[in-house]
Amino acid sequence: MNLNVKTIVAIGIGAALFFVLGRFAVVPVFANTNLSFQYAVLAFFAVLFGPIAGVLIGLIGHILIDMSWGWGIWWSWIIVSGVVGCGFGFVVRYAKIEQNDFTIPLIIRFVIGTIIVNLIGWGLIAPGLDILIYQQPVNHVFTQGLFAFVGNAVTTAVVGTLLLFAYNKAQPKAESLYKE
Amino acid sequence: MANRTAGLTYIEKNTPLHKMTGGAKLLMLLFMSLAAMITFDTRLLVVLVVVAISLFVVAKMPIKEMKMIFSILAFIMAVNLVVSYLFSPEEGVAIYGSRTELFHIIGRYYITREQLFYQLNVTIKYFAILPLAMVFFVTTDSSEFAASLNAIGVNYKIAYSVSLALRYIPSVLREYHDISQAQQARGIDISKNVKLSKRIIGIATIMFPLIITSIDKIDRIAGAMELRSFGKHKKRTWYKARPFKKLDYAAVAVSLLFIVAAVLLNFVNGGRFFNPFS
Repeated sequence: MNLNVKTIVAIGIGAALFFVLGRFAVVPVFANTNLSFQYAVLAFFAVLFGPIAGVLIGLIGHILIDMSWGWGIWWSWIIVSGVVGCGFGFVVRYAKIEQNDFTIPLIIRFVIGTIIVNLIGWGLIAPGLDILIYQQPVNHVFTQGLFAFVGNAVTTAVVGTLLLFAYNKAQPKAESLYKE
Repeated sequence: MANRTAGLTYIEKNTPLHKMTGGAKLLMLLFMSLAAMITFDTRLLVVLVVVAISLFVVAKMPIKEMKMIFSILAFIMAVNLVVSYLFSPEEGVAIYGSRTELFHIIGRYYITREQLFYQLNVTIKYFAILPLAMVFFVTTDSSEFAASLNAIGVNYKIAYSVSLALRYIPSVLREYHDISQAQQARGIDISKNVKLSKRIIGIATIMFPLIITSIDKIDRIAGAMELRSFGKHKKRTWYKARPFKKLDYAAVAVSLLFIVAAVLLNFVNGGRFFNPFS
């Protein structure tokens, strides 16, 4: 696998951030389901460093969160964290827009793209895996998935956009230097 | 703050589990979790729970921590069982294909023997899957962890990312608290007292400086690693790596047997469930 050093470090630090936010910045919504901000960070890092970084940050970060709560590892949702991380990486590639502004069309693309990725992840794959592994009642897991989808889609779209926009503002642009 | 990440902390002790290599323990964790995920056979699940609990005992886990872990687990499961029953009180009946009413609660909610047995199975399953990872983390030195991931075939660069994550969690956590307190001093409220939308924006204002410092940190660490030619070769050696011994091979073999048993029982039972009612 050809990962450059920066991506490797980004995966490590991204997973640490994912862990800290997932563990300490939580707002509860439904049975065993929290409104979680780590998916905004996941989307931010996936856009900056690509889908491979996205998968690994999601997987490593989520495993660490589950471990630290003390209830052990909930594999079905961990896999989904990896899947959405990968998906976010394909929505917008920062390398292509680095020199430009994070404009309205890009914001719209980011918002709609992450909503679709979240819908597939939390609305379909997470309940599917819960049924496959734990044979939980269908309407229970889909309700749980729906809550997770709404929460994560909102935090990813709102906070993710804010983060990307602010980060982009702070970076020097192609036209920022003039010849006098 | 330190006790909040208790589940991730290595506790140094002299037990057979501590002496095993990280690679063998990681394989054991993966195989046993996989077996517990595949099967719904009550007998195999009970065996897995007994093995998991005896691993806790062999690893000499502190009683206080075990109590904490199991009480959190019991609470989570109680919530899950009740919610799952409210959503689908006849799930067990559908699975086992028979119906033995014990008593009637209200409306469509009956207690049936099948439902009780189904929920018992789900409970045992949680206890079989969830606490296993704890044993791994408590008995494996975090610097050996990267070596053990590499030993079971994970690319060393990814193994290194994992060890970077573990290494930097405390410092990111410290920054998160510092920034959060600085922002609160400026009047940003993220407590339960304000509206949800205000809370979200409040947390975003903490996240932004946190992420900017993290991006700086990534540049610095990557620069340092590049100066030392990280990633130049296809392989690397680990200071903490140890060769597999007899006990390691035996443990991996036994945990593989659980997977074989889980798959075989699927055929014997003609499905994933063991049906005592037929």
